[in-house]
Amino acid sequence: MKKNPFSMQVDLDAFIPATSEEKEYMVQMRPSSTFFRDGVKRLLKNKVATVCFFLIVAIVIACIVIPWFWPYSYDQILGLGEFGKTDKSFNNLKPFEYGETELARIENGESVFPHVFGTDSQGRDYFIRVVYGTRISLVVGFFASIIVLVIGMTIGSLAGYLGGKVDMIIMRIVDIIYSLPDVLMVILIGTVLKQTLGEAIEGTFLQSIGTNIISLFIVFAVLYWVSMARLIRGQILSLREQEYVLSARATGANGRWIITKHLVPNCISVIIISTALQIPSAIFTESYLSFLGLGVNAPMPSLGSLASDALSGISSYSYRLVIPAIVISLIVLSLNLFGDGLRDAFDPKLNS
Amino acid sequence: MNSKNLLYIAKRILLCLLTIWVVITVTFFVVHAVPGGPFNGEKALSPAAEAALKEKYGLDKPVWQQYLTYLSDIVTKFDFGPSIKLRGRQVIDIIGDGMRTSAKLGLIAAGIALVTGVVLGAVAALRRNKIVDRVIMVITTAFISMPSFIMGTLLLLIFAVNLRVFPANGTTAAGLVLPVITLSLYPTAHITRLTRSAMLDVLGQDYIRTARAKGVSGAKIIFGHALKNSLIPVITYFGPMLAYIVTGSIVVEKIFAVPGIGRDFVNSIINRDYPLVMGTTIVLASLIVIMNLIGDIMYKVVDPRINLE
Repeated sequence: MKKNPFSMQVDLDAFIPATSEEKEYMVQMRPSSTFFRDGVKRLLKNKVATVCFFLIVAIVIACIVIPWFWPYSYDQILGLGEFGKTDKSFNNLKPFEYGETELARIENGESVFPHVFGTDSQGRDYFIRVVYGTRISLVVGFFASIIVLVIGMTIGSLAGYLGGKVDMIIMRIVDIIYSLPDVLMVILIGTVLKQTLGEAIEGTFLQSIGTNIISLFIVFAVLYWVSMARLIRGQILSLREQEYVLSARATGANGRWIITKHLVPNCISVIIISTALQIPSAIFTESYLSFLGLGVNAPMPSLGSLASDALSGISSYSYRLVIPAIVISLIVLSLNLFGDGLRDAFDPKLNS
Repeated sequence: MNSKNLLYIAKRILLCLLTIWVVITVTFFVVHAVPGGPFNGEKALSPAAEAALKEKYGLDKPVWQQYLTYLSDIVTKFDFGPSIKLRGRQVIDIIGDGMRTSAKLGLIAAGIALVTGVVLGAVAALRRNKIVDRVIMVITTAFISMPSFIMGTLLLLIFAVNLRVFPANGTTAAGLVLPVITLSLYPTAHITRLTRSAMLDVLGQDYIRTARAKGVSGAKIIFGHALKNSLIPVITYFGPMLAYIVTGSIVVEKIFAVPGIGRDFVNSIINRDYPLVMGTTIVLASLIVIMNLIGDIMYKVVDPRINLE
């Protein structure tokens, strides 16, 4: 029966109770997703960032695991004999070459662990030195970022939350430190701390870390917290006007509670992203200083000092320069790309 | 320029002067915190000779008095005192000599970076997502994550050691080619990316469509409308670029043995020539601070829409 489209008659079919199948069709199919899960999903879609992440993980694992089973250590001079005489044949070995005593042992049927990257001018296994150098770079990058994060977050959130005079004074200090040329100050303070720290930490466990690394951390703590503090202050300034802060205050929450339970968790994604991007820049600075001879203490290697040492033998042993150069570029590049991916995935302001 | 902007510029100049003062003060006290005088480490001096030397360099006075003298000498006479290790030479003369070479190096590098960066960035934006764009983006990404010392040593290895095209020593004119390239690579990459993203932004604007609709030629749109407006972010990069070139030249001059201020700085640290360390730090830092200021003001001048504050 053809129905007149202008008919006012009610179509009874529309009022039949839905079957269970139809009901199920209307139910939301997807389980609800959290902010974090959404972010991870977006991150995994970004192929470049994912590859970089696995590359970083692989490098970190290699740095931790390889020194466990590698038969040589970073400061072991292989040619050093029992009577303090050094066997010159161990110096400057090309990759997969052996020293004289090792060749004799191989002829006797013993197996000798190969020197994958050869040895350096003092007869130390170069591969393990690169591994240790990478380790130092990563450790410095990671801890320096943590230091920057803690200081920047504390000061930034205080300035943002308290406002008024405190905020003004802190921000003027930030402005001045921000306009200081960082590398020059790092070099200056690092050089001086190197001289003064030695006595202060003698006998403590800090001594084994080396004065240079500690001075590097101090310099980072003094100079690099400002951009983090600025960022977090800006976030807090906009967040503290939100209703939930008002309601928290109305129910009697104190400032400390509001900062730690409401404000900081709400800008956590910004914090994580900028910390992730801080790591490569810290690695950059460390290797720069080590290259100038102001970084780690010898015999501890760093990628920067390895490259710097390789300069003297550049015409015959160029691979000694190329290897640390590739490693450092790889680390910095993948950390940067991963940080960018993280920002794209987690920054809610870019989502819209 | 209205009074609000003038007020802002005045504030910025004040902050700039304050920063330079902080640099001088920090440098002075940090250097003076080093244990032992500058005459330690050499042959043991007789007490009389040491006292005479200390008197000559004014080191027998209390630290605050030394500080005031140092500060007033800089402000009134631009005098950084004598060098301790290079006997008979004034710090300011050493800095002046080094500066001549370094400034040449830095200015050429900055010029190359600006021209190449803008051209490559514009090409990449106009050929968006084409093969040219992809290649440019990959290369610039690689250059941005390579520290200057790695770039410098690799160039040294390839062009000076293996191919022997340029000398490894930066004392001659031909020797300056590699240091200039090393210094300009990072800023070039950065400017390319800045120009590209700004250009893409501008090309999507309505006034470009309007210009095209009323029949303006392609070249005129690119040069007259698009490029001009996409240079604004590049100008803000002026200050940071100079800061990069100054700090980059420290390591580049070390690699290529260029007799510039960066090499003086590193040598003065190694020789513990503290007056020279202080002098170089203060001059370089002030230079960076002033360039940042100029960059910020220029930013305002080229784009009147930007309200400072």
